[in-house]
Amino acid sequence: MTPPPSAASSATAPDLLYSEAEEDLRAAVRSLLTHRGAPATVLAEAENGRPYDAELWRSLASGMGTAGLLVPDKLGGQGATAREAAVVLEELGRSVAPVPYLTGAVLAVTALLGCDTAEDAVAAPLAALAEGRRVGALAVPLTTWPGARPTETVRAAGRRPLLSGEVTAVAGAAGSDLLLVPADTGLYAVDTEAEGVRITPVTSLDLTRPVARVTLAEAPGSLLAGPGRARAAVDAALLTGAGLLASEQLGVAEWCLEETVRYTGERRQFGRPVGSFQALKHRLAALWLEVASARAVARNAADALATGSVDRAVAVAVAQSYCGEVAVRAAQECVQLHGGIGMTWEHPAHLYLKRAKSAELALGTPGRHRATLARLVDLPGPQD
Amino acid sequence: MSPTHPGPEAGSAGPEAVDAAGLRARTAALLAAHDPATTPRLDFLRARFDAGLAWIHFPEGLGGLGAPRALQTVVDEGLAAAGAPGNDPRRIGIGLGMAAPTLLQYGTDEQKRRFLRPLWTGEEVWCQLFSEPGAGSDLAALATRAVRDGDGWRVDGQKVWTSSAHLARWAILLARTDPTVPKHAGLTYFVCDMTDPGVEVRPLRQITGEAEFNEVFLTGVRVPDAHRLGAVGEGWRVARTTLMNERVAIGGSGASGAPGETRETGMLGLVTDTWRARPELRTHDLHQRLLGLWVQAEAARLTGERLRQQLRRGRPGPEGSGLKLSFARLNQELSGLEVELLAEDGLAYGDWTMTRPEVVDFTGRDAGYRYLRAKGNSIEGGTSEVLLNIVAERVLGLPPEPRTDKDLPWKDLPR
Ligand SMILES: Cc1cc2nc3c(=O)[nH]c(=O)nc-3n(C[C@H](O)[C@H](O)[C@H](O)COP(=O)(O)OP(=O)(O)OC[C@H]3O[C@@H](n4cnc5c(N)ncnc54)[C@H](O)[C@@H]3O)c2cc1C
Repeated sequence: MTPPPSAASSATAPDLLYSEAEEDLRAAVRSLLTHRGAPATVLAEAENGRPYDAELWRSLASGMGTAGLLVPDKLGGQGATAREAAVVLEELGRSVAPVPYLTGAVLAVTALLGCDTAEDAVAAPLAALAEGRRVGALAVPLTTWPGARPTETVRAAGRRPLLSGEVTAVAGAAGSDLLLVPADTGLYAVDTEAEGVRITPVTSLDLTRPVARVTLAEAPGSLLAGPGRARAAVDAALLTGAGLLASEQLGVAEWCLEETVRYTGERRQFGRPVGSFQALKHRLAALWLEVASARAVARNAADALATGSVDRAVAVAVAQSYCGEVAVRAAQECVQLHGGIGMTWEHPAHLYLKRAKSAELALGTPGRHRATLARLVDLPGPQD
Repeated sequence: MSPTHPGPEAGSAGPEAVDAAGLRARTAALLAAHDPATTPRLDFLRARFDAGLAWIHFPEGLGGLGAPRALQTVVDEGLAAAGAPGNDPRRIGIGLGMAAPTLLQYGTDEQKRRFLRPLWTGEEVWCQLFSEPGAGSDLAALATRAVRDGDGWRVDGQKVWTSSAHLARWAILLARTDPTVPKHAGLTYFVCDMTDPGVEVRPLRQITGEAEFNEVFLTGVRVPDAHRLGAVGEGWRVARTTLMNERVAIGGSGASGAPGETRETGMLGLVTDTWRARPELRTHDLHQRLLGLWVQAEAARLTGERLRQQLRRGRPGPEGSGLKLSFARLNQELSGLEVELLAEDGLAYGDWTMTRPEVVDFTGRDAGYRYLRAKGNSIEGGTSEVLLNIVAERVLGLPPEPRTDKDLPWKDLPR
């Protein structure tokens, strides 16, 4: 959860670099992913019908303890901040790893942190998610953006509440143990094994982060927060999720750029490397500049979330307005500059393109976030 | 200046300390000894230079304290708060941004002592005699000749696009000293006296109406060998220092990424001010484009800020090469949007009178001027096309274009 804004945190300039501890964390995650998350493995995983790579997730979540980065020590987590989670997401983006990190360790965890963690009903599932014992998912359409008007499609009835309704396009739902469901009377925890819960996978554009339809027919839920607090908790989760998604998008873009530079430097046509043609060089140099800028804005958002800066909503909106488009452009250039091989199922470029394009829609499109900015920085349109 | 410049109220920081507290103490001492209200402007600037508070990252005795550059704001803010006069960088941008770092790196002690103080105070304006009619992007192909003549050199040739030549006392000059070797190897770098009778400066009128730059004819100009910077034949290496600094100076000014900048400065701030003040001008199309540019300007600002943080840690990233590219594009798009936003007022232009301005201010005057002047941002100091080549080859390591001009003697190159 983002701590409340304080005067002190607003005055200091954001730290846009990586600390040594953050670099160490990156190195550890990268080494795990090079061993276990090579593109061929990722593709095989995506095709085997399992919703995510459970073995990789175990190493990452409980083995390395990254599932609990955002959770304070006393609640069973690592007591780190959004800055460290952002580094993990950069690496996961670089390898398009099929693991429920953004959905489970960021969105679900942050939603729980927004509830009253002194209550056992909240603290128990939070600790389970933080320790990687269970996997959570926030049951909202992935396209929901921070600040969106809440449209709960689930109704809760009875003293021991039973939930009914449907939520579409939920990322990370398939394969999860615990759903956090916003309903008309508050936020509820629903065990995915319970009666009345059906999770129907949707054939998804993004092979490495598929979405699913969640259908509840009188499924038992336990109340996490009443309606007011629930909405604030979900919105805070969406804000944190959107801000950290920028780091994942940075990782996607970075891999696409590096891979394309490598390939065009080696591939020869007309008697010379195709990367020596100025038409390609200029495109790659322009892309490099965008990736460098994406790093600055993604770092800014992560730092603002970590410090609870008063400016965090602006920082997140800027990051989401910028990084989504950069990741898509990088993935598109990657396909194009590889020529025919870039168009194949065999080459990993498509996994990045699919992730980048879906992520552009996730947690608000760039256009949505620019509309948010218009409000936040007082640049109203003609009719407002 | 003595290496232990006294700082009376330095307290625990000690007189030698060049941390923020030490700098505040030195600033206070300067202000106490030279009250800005009563001290003539030039005297104050000289005293500031001698106190090592001009550019604190320069060495002691040369206007600095060998202190981290990032702390300069401590001094600047202290002096600004006391109403101290500044050295008006808009007048002496080439001296500050290009000549000074080159002198610092390659100048002899004698040269540094002679040139840096009046350069910084603005007593002596500098210009840059690099570009020629036949050598722009391909600067190393230049033809201006410098020939040994007794204990000095005789220079003949023509330079062009020389900003501030009409105001300049000195110039940094790149000339060919050996036409028989490949082009990069035959150059030497000089400091040229602009008052030499062989120097003729003629204004060149620009698309803005005024003449900020000039063409400069050099006929039998005398340059003493003591005004050579770096070894004979090493001119290209020295010039690269100048060019790198030029890009940082241009890229870091105004709309994106100047030190300590907050949001909505420079060109963007001008547009957002108009947007808020005049709701009747807003359209949906302009709104979308403005928000897009706002985000890009903010991204450029943060990229500049990140670069500065890296420099402070002593690990400069390659982002600097890109900043001038973003700066040029943003300035052009924002100024274009501003003209459109102004509707009928966008059809007017301030003044086409041919003048020879004393200052260069990208964000000055009216929207039409800004729109036109911004066109130069992607040409001056290396065109955007050339900068993209540099990023592609030096940052990304992409293979160079095949070239035929690198190994031939300069005199045998096709022209
Ligand atoms: C406002 C302004 C102030 C200036 N002030 C000074 C000054 O004070 N001192 C000074 O010495 N110079 C100055 N210049 C000159 C400036 O450095 C040159 O104009 C610039 O380097 C380009 O050279 P050029 O004009 O000869 O254009 P050219 O080099 O002839 O370029 C023409 C076009 O070809 C493109 N091009 C050239 N080579 C390549 C390549 N390898 N790949 C792709 N495209 C290429 C260029 O990008 C450009 O679009 C100034 C210029 C301007 C506009």
